[in-house]
Amino acid sequence: MLLLFILLFPLVLGAGLLLAKPSKPFAIALAGSIIEAIAIAYALCPAESTNLQFSQAWIPESGISFTLWIDGINGILIGLTGLLIPFIIASTTNSDKSENASYLGLILTMQTALLGAFLAKDAFLFYFFFEASLLPIYFLAAQYGGENRTAITFKFFVYTLFGSLFLLIALIYVYLRTPGETHSADIETLYLTARNLSAEHQGFLFLAFFIAFAIKMPVFPFHTWQPDTYTISPVQGSMLLGGIMLKMGTYGMIRLVIPMFPLGIAQWGLTVSILAIIGIIYGSVIAIQQKDAKRLLAYSSFAHVGLMAAGIMTQSVDGIQGALYQMLSHGINLVGLFFVIEVIERRTKTRELAQLGGITQSSYVLTVAFIVLSLGSVALPLTNGFIGEFLLLKSVFDQEMYLGIISGITIILGAVYTLRLIQKSIFGNVSKVTKDFEDLLIGEKLVLIPLILLVILGGLFPQYVLSFSAASVEKLVALLN
Amino acid sequence: MTAIIALSLFGISNLFLGFWLSRKMIQQITLLFLAIGMGITIADWNHEFLWFGNMFRTNNTSINFSIIIQLAAFFVVAFSNAFGQDDEHTHPAEYYAILLFSTVGAIIMVSFDHLMMLFVGLEILSVAMYVLTGSDKRNLRSNEAAIKYFLMGSFATGILLFGMTLVYGATRTFYISSMFNVIANTAPESMPSFLYAGVLLMLVGMLFKVSAAPFHFWTPDVYDGAPTIFTMFMSTVVKTAGFAAIYHIFAGVFGGLYTTWVMPVYFISMMTLVIGNVTAVYQQSVKRMLAYSSISHAGYMLLTVSARQSSSTSSILFYSLAYTLATLTAFAVFKLVSEYQTGRTEKPADFQSFEGLAKNNPFLAFCFTVSLLSLAGIPLTAGFWGKFFVFTDTFNRNIVYPIILAILMSAVGIYYYFKGIIAVYFKQGDIQKIEISTLYQVALGLTTLGTLVLGLFPNLVKSLF
Repeated sequence: MLLLFILLFPLVLGAGLLLAKPSKPFAIALAGSIIEAIAIAYALCPAESTNLQFSQAWIPESGISFTLWIDGINGILIGLTGLLIPFIIASTTNSDKSENASYLGLILTMQTALLGAFLAKDAFLFYFFFEASLLPIYFLAAQYGGENRTAITFKFFVYTLFGSLFLLIALIYVYLRTPGETHSADIETLYLTARNLSAEHQGFLFLAFFIAFAIKMPVFPFHTWQPDTYTISPVQGSMLLGGIMLKMGTYGMIRLVIPMFPLGIAQWGLTVSILAIIGIIYGSVIAIQQKDAKRLLAYSSFAHVGLMAAGIMTQSVDGIQGALYQMLSHGINLVGLFFVIEVIERRTKTRELAQLGGITQSSYVLTVAFIVLSLGSVALPLTNGFIGEFLLLKSVFDQEMYLGIISGITIILGAVYTLRLIQKSIFGNVSKVTKDFEDLLIGEKLVLIPLILLVILGGLFPQYVLSFSAASVEKLVALLN
Repeated sequence: MTAIIALSLFGISNLFLGFWLSRKMIQQITLLFLAIGMGITIADWNHEFLWFGNMFRTNNTSINFSIIIQLAAFFVVAFSNAFGQDDEHTHPAEYYAILLFSTVGAIIMVSFDHLMMLFVGLEILSVAMYVLTGSDKRNLRSNEAAIKYFLMGSFATGILLFGMTLVYGATRTFYISSMFNVIANTAPESMPSFLYAGVLLMLVGMLFKVSAAPFHFWTPDVYDGAPTIFTMFMSTVVKTAGFAAIYHIFAGVFGGLYTTWVMPVYFISMMTLVIGNVTAVYQQSVKRMLAYSSISHAGYMLLTVSARQSSSTSSILFYSLAYTLATLTAFAVFKLVSEYQTGRTEKPADFQSFEGLAKNNPFLAFCFTVSLLSLAGIPLTAGFWGKFFVFTDTFNRNIVYPIILAILMSAVGIYYYFKGIIAVYFKQGDIQKIEISTLYQVALGLTTLGTLVLGLFPNLVKSLF
């Protein structure tokens, strides 16, 4: 029941905000998301999470059930969602968005869709939420986004939905081969069935799954929707997209692709790793040349996710653990960085790097936050980014030395574009738009300071998270041998 | 069965009530008639009966389809607004009566057990539709549509009859059940070859009625020309009845001849999917877009027919219901907006006239969006499960290429359905608050709610079998 509460509470609250449009939406949404975060934290307490499962018949004639569960793998992502949504909602503080009940309602609705995909134990339930999550984010971005939003969000919607349709037929294909009169769509049954398919079939199925998840992440060359969509979305939309929604793709790879198609990975795994690494280099190189700060972050996110994909494809404990940890820290860092850019944009009305500069003297907290979050993103030791990136690089290196070396360049390139971002935007001489830069308001500080702490704590005490997921990841990897 | 007698009597009495009652009263009485009809139909649940010298069979399958048909008719009447206020040129009592008669025809089409009954049902339905299509007397397009529909329709009926004759010649019976036995007990070599010709001719005749390509050319013009309220009826009731009949004959009786008709059906369904979806992309008029979308949905339903799984009946049922609810909602909103825009803009049926609807009419915009999402097959709506069941059935038969095509075409579908959503929400327009009667509002709310409820709990319908 706790899981059902976790799943539906944001939806109920979000629907309430959308329909009733109460007068203090910000307080309601923030309080609700904090209650939700506490409920999730309670569900993730080690004593609780061991056997937490909720099951209810959904379409019994077709063997499809409404089953939710938490294990070490999805626990990380559920925790991430629970953790980030309060920050995302809080980040509307001091802007007109905090007065907008529909806007906050859509964010909460989105939370249910994301949690649903992570919580689902039934493959079709996963798919249901995987696709349904497009609706709130689509309306969020298309309604409140920037220039040319209609065309860009439309491309985003059609592109991602097109990919997930392949996932749907591939899932149906495997599901129809499960034993029993009514079949079953339980993920663990699908594991056993899919593994026994012939190598040829696994190859096709792998590709179908991969296209869906690769578009979501995105992996090169399926990324063309991503920079535009991140850039034109309202900042909370970008946070949702980059901070959480992208992880549905990586989660899908870990949860479904790795255990289901070992023979498919044997055929295509290397190709995917190479694509992912091309994405790392390509994304970084383009990020270096960006003039728009938000667009730069979009490309950096694209580069980071490439490394996650490469790590997952190694099918090793290190790779998957690293990817899980990196999902967590990437989410925190990206949300923080988007907020920093938003705060600057609110004051200067621009994101153009060339026009910014000289903010360090005006705001101490902003400077510290920006630097810490950036260093986390660069993966400096003692920040959260280091742990995940180190494990990922190690796993890639163990599998294929040359690939490891090439993807190691990501750290250097990452440092180049991130330091360039800091240097151009806050250091240097005061410019026309930054000369009256006001210090942060209390509300904005309250968002940034916890994020700074999370970056540092994540770098100092990774073992709590890593040990949480270790057992499940080892079990998953053991399935492969 | 009692339902068809009752509805026929109601239809006749409706003609006379037109002398005494006001428009609004007649609308309410017709709603009551249809509600009674549904009640009578449901009363037979779990009983199997044969009537009229074993020519008419009611069982749970036929009851389910009859309910969908009457439900669709019910909503069409609720959306009819008593056909405007023009006393001289509109005759609501007659329209309602004809609507009831055609509902009777549709019910016969889903419950026949004898080919003559099928023919009678089809003709009752079709002739009524020819009349209703042309009911906007002073509109040239309505007249053109009626003539076109009538000429093409009677030609298709001729082909159907020809097919029936040949099948009769080969099996020496019109009864569905004995026909099934004859086909099952005779070796394929000893069948006269004209049986196959008969089966294919019947297929052509039936596919015309559900507007599958390449027999779809009448659809856009007729849908476009007919008054919206009857387009609504045509695209829901006729389609549902047509598919129930096709499935009944082909998957049931001609099941033994599966190999004969399955390749044409594949081919036709793929062609329907491509033509319906690709042409819909280029439409400027919402009404024509919905017409082509109705063609494309015939393609998905044909895939299930060709799969011929044990679950196919319930899939067709689910798909019909999902499609019916969504189409009703879409047309109902379309009708309001195009009526509102008539006189204000040159082309009231185009996407442009929907721009900015959400601003002052959030309810209409929401209903329209839900219906388009359902037609596009996005989760949370009934349309997703409709597609899901179709794909599952088809895959169960190891049919791969049509499925891949269907997937591609679903993506194309999103493209044109979203044009509507974008126009409604993200474009600027000057649509003021549109006044809606309470009945209209409730009916619209119910169809939208139905779409959402089925999207969350598909089992409500899927478990009826």
